[in-house]
Amino acid sequence: MANHDVRSDRKYTKDHEWAREENGNIRIGITAYAVDQLGDITLVNLDVKKGERLTAGKAFGTIESVKTLSDLFAPVSGVVKHVNENLEKNPEKVNEDCYEQGWMIEIEPSDPSELGGLLDSAAYTSLLNTAGH
Amino acid sequence: MTTTTPSASLRKTPLYDEHVALGGRIVPFAGWEMPVQYKGVTDEHKAVRTAAGIFDVSHMGELILTGDHAAEVVNYLITNDARRLIDGQALYTVACNDAGTILDDLIVYRISQTKWLIVCNASNRDKMSAHFRAAAENHCEFEDASDRTALIALQGPKALAILANAGGDGAALAELPSFHFRDAKLANVPCTVARTGYTGEDGVEIFCPVDGAAQLWRALVQLGQPHGLEAAGLGARDTLRLEARLSLYGNEIDETTNPLEAGLAWVVKLDKDQFVGKTALERIKAAGLTRRLVGFEMTGRGIARHGYPLIDKTGVRVGICTSGSPGPTVGKNIGLGYLPANMASIGTEFTVDCRGRAIDAVVVKTPFYKRS
Repeated sequence: MANHDVRSDRKYTKDHEWAREENGNIRIGITAYAVDQLGDITLVNLDVKKGERLTAGKAFGTIESVKTLSDLFAPVSGVVKHVNENLEKNPEKVNEDCYEQGWMIEIEPSDPSELGGLLDSAAYTSLLNTAGH
Repeated sequence: MTTTTPSASLRKTPLYDEHVALGGRIVPFAGWEMPVQYKGVTDEHKAVRTAAGIFDVSHMGELILTGDHAAEVVNYLITNDARRLIDGQALYTVACNDAGTILDDLIVYRISQTKWLIVCNASNRDKMSAHFRAAAENHCEFEDASDRTALIALQGPKALAILANAGGDGAALAELPSFHFRDAKLANVPCTVARTGYTGEDGVEIFCPVDGAAQLWRALVQLGQPHGLEAAGLGARDTLRLEARLSLYGNEIDETTNPLEAGLAWVVKLDKDQFVGKTALERIKAAGLTRRLVGFEMTGRGIARHGYPLIDKTGVRVGICTSGSPGPTVGKNIGLGYLPANMASIGTEFTVDCRGRAIDAVVVKTPFYKRS
C-alpha cells in the first residue's frame, strides 16, 4: 500500500475525512487516501445550505467518481457557515488539492470539544496501516 | 468511504503478480481477485481510445465441445445461427432458457465443424459449464478448459501495430478480419488470436495456456510502451463497453430479461430449427415488447447508476437504470436502462432518481461512441 499524505495540522475520521479549525469554524474535506480510493472525481454534491444545522454523523452530501459514489458525513455537530460552491463546477479540485482548495463545508461547532474527539494524524496514519488499507 | 478487502477464498489469474507489480488495485469480481484500475479509470479509458490497452480477462470461462454432433449441440443452445460460420470464424450470441430469458452472452468460435469453443462470463461459468455439459451428454465430448486457459485482450487503434512486433505471426494478424481467429506464436507463446473485443475499438483477444500468460503479457506491455499502451482494469473495461453500448451480464441482461427487449434481436434467429427458448421468444415477439433497453444522457447535474429508478414526467416510476457512469470519451454522463416501449424513442425526456434527487435525462441514439 502506497503511503498517503496525512497532515499534522488537522484531525481525521475513520471515514477518511479531515477537519481543521478555521477562524472558530471547522473546515471539512476528504483525505488523500479517500481521493486515491475514489479515483477521478466527477461530481461533488453538497446538499446543505448556509445556516443549516448538522448533527455529527449525518450525511451532508455525496462525492462521485467514474466508478463509485460515497456519502460525506459531518464529523462534528453545528451550523453550516460556508459551502465550497466552487466544487460544483470544478470537482477535480478535490483530486488536485484535497487538503486546501478541495475543502467542502465549514461548520460552526455547537460543541468545540467535539473536534478533540477525532483521530489525530498519528492515529489516522495507523488506521491506514492496519490490515485492509 | 468504505473499502473492500479481497478474501482468501477468491481465485487469482496467472497474471495476478503482474497486476500487483504494475500497481493494480485488486478487488473481488465474480469470485476472482481482479485489477479494477492501475493508474486510473479515465487515463486507462483514454489510452484504449487513442493508443492501446491491455486487459487480463483470464477469469472468463472457456468450454470446448468436440465430435460429429458438436455443431448441433452448440446451435441448439444458442439463439444466433452457428451454421453460417466457417472454420476460424466466431459470432456473438446469447443462450436463453425455455422462458426466453438470458442465461449468458457468449462468443462461439468454430475451430472446425467438429470442434467448437464457447467463451462465457466468469460469473456464469459454473452455470454455463453445467448447461453445455448436460446438453453434450451422449452427443459429443465436453471439456471445461477455463482452468488451463488464460485470456488477454489487447485493444485500441495501436493494438495491431504492437502485435506486429510480437514475433513470428504478429504482422500477419493485421489481415485477420473482424470476428475471425487463428493460431499464432507470439513472444514464443503458442496462442489463438481472435479479432474481437469489448471496448468499441479495434483489437484482439488472445487465448494462451496458463503457464505462458505472464511471458506473453510482459512482452506485450513492453512492446506497447512506445505506442502509449496502458494496462487497463475492470473500471475502464466497463466505461469503454458502456460507451460502445455493449451489454454487461448482470446489468443489461440476466435471467429476467429477454434478448428482444435488450436490443439483441440481431442475435436471435427465429428462422433457425428448434433451439432453447425459441418457442418463448416467438411468443414474446408476437405479443409485442412492453419495454426496451435505451441509451440516455443526463441533461441535469447527476450520474445515473445501476439500479436507480427511471421516472416519467408525471412522477411515476416507469423503468430502471442498468448501467451508468461518466463517459470519458463522450464527455457526458451516460446510461443504459429499461423504459416502457412507448418511451423508448430518441428525444424522450424523463428523470433519473439519483438517491432522492430527480435529475433530467433524455433518450439518445446509441452507441454513444463509435470509432471512426
